[in-house]
This record gives sequence, C-alpha cells and structure tokens, in this order.
Amino acid sequence: MTPRQLLLACCLLLCAQLAHAGPKIERWQTTAGTRVLFVEDHSLPIIDLQLDFAAGTAREPVGREGVAGLTRALIDLGANGMDETEIASRLADLGARLSGGVDLDRTSLTLRTLSMADKRAPAFELLRAIIAGPTFPVAAFEREKARSLAALREALTRPDVIASKAFWAAMYPQHPYGRQATPESLTALLRDDVLAFHAAHYGARSATLAIVGDLSRAEAEALAERLSSGLPAAAVVAGLPQPQLPAGGEERIAHPAVQSHLLIGMPALKRGDPDFFPLAVGNYSLGGGGFVSRLVKEVRDKRGLAYSVHSYFLPLQQLGPFQIGLQTRKGQAAEALQLTRAVLTEFLERGPSETELLAAKQNLVGSFPLRLDSNRKILENVAMIAFYDLPLDYLDRYPENVERVTAAEIQAAFARRLQAAHLVTVVVAGD
Amino acid sequence: MRYAPPIALLLALTTAAAVWANPHERQLANGLRVIVKEDRRAPTVAHMVWYRAGSMDETSGRTGVAHVLEHMMFKGTPTAGPGEFNRRVAAAGGRDNAFTSRDYTAYFQQVPKQKLPEMMQLEADRMRHLSLDEKEFAQEIRVVMEERRLRTEDQPQALLYEKLNAVAFQVHPYRVPIIGWMTDLQSMTVSDARAWYDDWYAPNNAYLVVVGDVDHQDVFRLAEQYYGVLPARTLPVRKPQDEPPQAGIRRLTVKAPADLPVLMMAFKVPVIRHVEQDVDPYALEMLAAVLAGHDAARLNRHLVREQRLAVSAGASYDSTSRGPGIFHLHGAPSAGRSRGELETALRAEVARVQEEGVSAEELARAKAQLIASQIYKLDSIFAQAMEIGQLESAGIPHTMNRRLIDKLQEVSREQVQAVARKYFGDEALTVAELDPQPLPPNPRPRSPFVPRH
Repeated sequence: MTPRQLLLACCLLLCAQLAHAGPKIERWQTTAGTRVLFVEDHSLPIIDLQLDFAAGTAREPVGREGVAGLTRALIDLGANGMDETEIASRLADLGARLSGGVDLDRTSLTLRTLSMADKRAPAFELLRAIIAGPTFPVAAFEREKARSLAALREALTRPDVIASKAFWAAMYPQHPYGRQATPESLTALLRDDVLAFHAAHYGARSATLAIVGDLSRAEAEALAERLSSGLPAAAVVAGLPQPQLPAGGEERIAHPAVQSHLLIGMPALKRGDPDFFPLAVGNYSLGGGGFVSRLVKEVRDKRGLAYSVHSYFLPLQQLGPFQIGLQTRKGQAAEALQLTRAVLTEFLERGPSETELLAAKQNLVGSFPLRLDSNRKILENVAMIAFYDLPLDYLDRYPENVERVTAAEIQAAFARRLQAAHLVTVVVAGD
Repeated sequence: MRYAPPIALLLALTTAAAVWANPHERQLANGLRVIVKEDRRAPTVAHMVWYRAGSMDETSGRTGVAHVLEHMMFKGTPTAGPGEFNRRVAAAGGRDNAFTSRDYTAYFQQVPKQKLPEMMQLEADRMRHLSLDEKEFAQEIRVVMEERRLRTEDQPQALLYEKLNAVAFQVHPYRVPIIGWMTDLQSMTVSDARAWYDDWYAPNNAYLVVVGDVDHQDVFRLAEQYYGVLPARTLPVRKPQDEPPQAGIRRLTVKAPADLPVLMMAFKVPVIRHVEQDVDPYALEMLAAVLAGHDAARLNRHLVREQRLAVSAGASYDSTSRGPGIFHLHGAPSAGRSRGELETALRAEVARVQEEGVSAEELARAKAQLIASQIYKLDSIFAQAMEIGQLESAGIPHTMNRRLIDKLQEVSREQVQAVARKYFGDEALTVAELDPQPLPPNPRPRSPFVPRH
C-alpha cells in the first residue's frame, strides 16, 4: 500500500465511523394482511405515507397495456359519494398533497399532510375513502383515456421516448417488462378493464404501507388498520416470470431530431440480489458517479461528444436492466457509440482500478447521510424496503456492504451480469 | 371556512427563543454577504455561492456566456486542476452542481457537515483563480452546444417558450435564452468567458448561503478565513434596458415535429419591488393559485374536466425577479379542438374573474395551500437554501420572507378581481402557438433488429 492509498484508507475508515446508521424502522402487519413499516420523527409537524401495490405495468393483461396508469389516474376522481372536484378541493383545503404513480412493478399513492389533528384526521379519511370505494366514473374514464392517448401520441414523436420504448421491447421480447402501452391498446381499453385491474391488484394482502413522521406507534397502527381494512380482499398477486436474456443486436430508427439518442443494455439485476453491492460500487466508476466516472470523462470531458452520458442498474422484482445512455449531434453517433463500447469493454475486462474503487467507496459511504436527510427521502427508502421485502437493517448495513466490496468481486459480478452476446443497442436519429 | 392564522402556525414550529435570530447574516469587509440558517435535523449541510450575474447581464453577440462560464468553473484553477473540484466533492461524500438563470449564477454542494470547510476552500479558490484554459474551453463549448440541442432544439415546447420570450421582450435582455443563441455559442471564445469572469466574479457581487447542521459563528469564521482574503473589485455599470410599454397584441407560431398543439399566452405584469407598499404582485400570485393551484382549480376543472376542451391547462406567475414579470396562461387543446378555441376559453376564464371575482372559499383554499407549502419546505435543507438565495437574487432581503407570507395572506377578493381587470387586456399580450408537424414519412423508418457480435 502506498502512503497515498494508506491515507485514503484511513479517510475511509473515518467516514465509516462518522456515517450514521439508518432511521429506526418498526414493522408489523395489519389484520387485513398489509405489511407496514414505520419511522417515528417528531421534528416537523408533517406526516408522509406511501401505499404501494403490486400493480405496475408488468401486471397488465396482454392487449390491455396502459390499464395500470389509467387505473391510478382514476383512483382519486370519485369515491364514497364525492366527485373529483370535492376530493381535490378537500385535499387543497387541508394543504394535503396526494401524489404517486406507476412504474413496472408498483403503483403508488403518496400522501403528505400536516400533523395537526384537524388536518391529518380528515386527510387520512379522504385517503381511506379513495382506496376503499373508488367509483371510476364513466365520464372521467372516457376523458382520462382520451388524455392518456393524447399524451402517448405526443410522446411517440419524441426521440428519447422512441428510443426507450424500442430499447425495452428489445431487452424483454417475451416478458411483461417489454410490453408497453400503444395507441391501439389504449384505445381498446374499457371501463371494465380498469375495474378488473383494480379488483385484482389493489388488495390489502399485496399492499405495503410506509409511514414517516409526527405520530406515535399507536397512532400509526390505528392508521394502518383503518387504511388497510378498506382495501379489496383480493388474492395475493402472483410473482412475475423470469425474463430470458435477449439475443444481442442493434436497432436503428430514423428521426428528424438534430441529436442521435443511444441506448445500450440488457436485463441484469433484481432487488435483493447479493450482486447489488459489487454492481453499484463498480457502476459508480463506470458511469454512475457523475463527473468522476469513466464515461463522462471519456465521452464528455475529453471529446465534448455529449452533455449527458450515464450508466446505471435498475433493480426490479425480476431482472431489471443495466443501461448506458447518451445523446450526441447527428454525424458523430458512430464515434460516440464506438467509444462507449470501448469504455464498457475495457471495464468488463479489467474492472476498476484501486484508486477508482476507493473513490467510489468514499463517495457512496460518505454521502450516505445525504440519502436520509429529509422525511421525504426516508419515506422513499422505507417504501422501497417494504415493497421489495428487503431486510430491515438494509440502510444500517448499507455503508459496510459498500466497504466490503473488492475489485475482484466487481469484475466477477459484471462478468456474470453483462455479456456482449446479450447486449442490446438502440440508435434513434442516427448518422 | 376557518383556517389557522398563518403566523401562529409558523410560530408553532419555532419554539426555542434562539430560533428567532435564525437565519443569521454577516457581511465581510470585501462585501461578501454570508447568510446562515441553522437546521440540525440531519448531519448534512448545503453550501451555495450566488453571483449576481445571469443571462440578463449579457450583451449581444455573447449570449450564453454566463452559462458557459458556469461550465468552465469546473475546469480548474492553478491549485486544483481540471476535474479536481468534482473529484474532491465526490470524495467528501458530496453532491454538487450549478445553475444559471436570467438573474444569477449559483453553485452548490451538499455534504456531510464536517466537509463544509473543504467546500468553502474550493469555492473561494475558484471565485478568483479560475484557469480558463483554451483547450478546455474548446471541449466544453461543444458540450454546451450538445446541451442546447438536447434541451431546446429537439424540444418543441422549449423552442416555443424561447421564441415567445424573444417576441414578448424587444428591449429587455429577458428576450434572450439563458443557454444563448446557437450562433453566439459557435463564435464564442475563451476570452469572452474570461471577460465575463473578470467582470462579475467578485466577493462584492456574491453572497453565500449555508443551511444545515452548523453553528453560525463557526460559519462566519470559516467564511472570513477562506473568502475574506479575496479583494473587492469594481463592477461594471448595469444599464436598466427597461422594456417600453407594449402597445398591441403580438402573435407568433412555431412549427416543429410534434403531435400536440400548444398555446401560451404571456401577459406583462409587475413583480415585487417594494415588499411593504406593493399590492398587485401578491394579488397576481393568488390569482394564479385560484386558476391553477390544485386539481380542482378553475382551469383544470372547467377546461380539462368539464368542457373537455383541453388535455392540459395552467397558469404560472413568479412575483420575484430582477427583470419584468409575465403571467402565463397555457394549455394543449384536446383532439379535434383548436388552439383558437382554447385561447377563447382561457380568455373567458379571465373574464369571469374580471366580472364576478373569486369566492371567499377559493381564496381561503389558496392561502391554506400556501401555508402548508411553507411548512413542507422545512423538510428540505436544499429547498430552504434555494428560497433564501432566490429572494436575494431578486433584490428582496431574505429577512422579508415572513412579510411576503403575511402580504399574501392579506390579499382580498377585491384585489384579485382588480388585477384581473388591470393586466389582462390585449395591449400587453403575446400569444405563441406550437403548430405540430408530422414526422417526415420514411420508407423504412426502422431497421430490422440486427444481431451483433
């Protein structure tokens, strides 16, 4: 070990000692079968909660793509004798905010409210009404379907969206992760499809609830009981099939944009996988660490080929993708693509240097407090732990799990997860 | 309906007497102002340096130089070479970035609290000692042009907004896009960046905002140590470049590959210049909230939900800025409905406020949301630092923040109706329309999927 490396190692040790453990998380299950994670924090008069359902786009029936998003859009547009105007007005009167959305695995409802009794009690009752008795009004269904269609048609003119859709379809040719809403599938949707999707996927037993903020454990328990007791008694949502790795290849799509959009990747990692830490630490050096990553240095800093270039792993319920993305002026896409592949190949062959590994650990461990310095950030982490059923000490052990990673483990994990034979490339608006 | 008196609610958050003085402020001898807000909820700190120099301070032929210089600020000093700034922030477990606006350029790091001195040392170093190397510039200007392609050239709605400003303003530099015109980027040289840096990057043209788990006396000492040694400099004279009154409606159309037509209406309105005396900017904020503050606010409720005339409709207004103000009404018509119909409907919504005013209930709702959002802001150290920095950038002392909230709470129904009557005629209106063009037909738009080994 050189003196410089020794110094870095000492710094790293110091960081580890200074790093704070994660928040104290309590866990229980409600009578209806909803798993609850709770973090008590009275420093601000705010309560944040997130309800997650196994109702992501991967759960959409074949030919009914788009139904998950439409169901989520409609859930708070009529409930329990209230119309959409009354629901939204009441939320606004309370200063409460209802948000959330749909990704591949999850549908989320997130509520932020003030914790004063006269604010939180009605806010919680509104949320309960929404999840317990959504009416999916016919008029709202027709309107929201038309709006979704307009948004999708607009999106399908954008080069980044075209690239992303082609990329996912190529990575997951036989898997729900590769199916996406089309104008045809959206047009075909009926209100009954929404009712069926809701009944099958918004059940208490497949739901997880994360609560953070200014209430006691007893109050949180009562809240969780009240919310989950209103949910449909659907069967537990079954697991997703395992994706097969795609045949690698390249797709080119013409477009009038002045910039080419490039994506490279393949299915690589699922939540809870022990390879998560070597891949996360390694990817920091490859393309996750912003300005200090190899991709940014080579593609942006040295050659000025792109404003944004990144790589990441997106762990999902099933194998989620590894992805490299960049945009460059038309006419230099071939150069950028060749360079990016060379950087990836070099990394796969040799892994990170010792200096890079130390830098990655310093940042990932040192920045740990920044991941948890607000209730909103704590909620995101805790909701993720709840939904993917990760260990309760996931955050506490995050720094040591990063520290423990070796260069050899990174190289081995990258070799296990990324193979040239399966890498998919999409170029939109190429040279 | 009843709602808690806002100040009582905010006071409930600040029980300790010491909190009264928070944020704390001191000015160094070289003119640098240091503003510190203690927030000890988490062991992190946000450190920001704000320069009173944005795209509105640029001159013709050199548009975009404020933003280019922001990029060059990461390209090294004699003591910390190219890339070293990012490397050291990353090694400190930090996150950093910068942003250029019309009014200011700001740099920030979020770090574990024990790393604050190192961040101050790095920021102070590049406040005066930037290298501005010609080769680094040659690479970075290409990156900035890629950024312009990504964010503007290939984004129809961003193009529309850019052209709208270029028509609404003819004299004031708000007519120019922050990222600059492409032709100016193509001809920009390192000496343009150097001139900009020498003109504006001085402690007497900057202020420091630090929010987080710190003691303000410690921060003042550190600021003195690192920034105190930098000399004050003479700043260029800022010309007012006031926009003359508009005398008649202006219209423009942008054609771009897209599917959704878009309409933007820009009305010239005032912004806050005197926190205590002003009335109209606060009433305009409330008008925007009544029109578009939540899902059941007027525009969404009437145009999107009831009439189904638009797939989206909104209003926006910012009462704090160095330059002139704009109140925007915007939306996208539903399939089969025209931009003209949407314009008529947006005008009808304004006319309704002009004729009938707004209800007490609507106004109370907007105020309840305002108070809640003030409390929610306390959950984010970064948001608190941004609030201080942005107020100061518009020339409003951060200490006036509570007064701004008071003034918003005092807005009456009559005042909302009065601003709707006063500012929404055609004389000071610019209307921009995005005319979507189909993607060009391509005999073979997609290559077959080609296996590659």
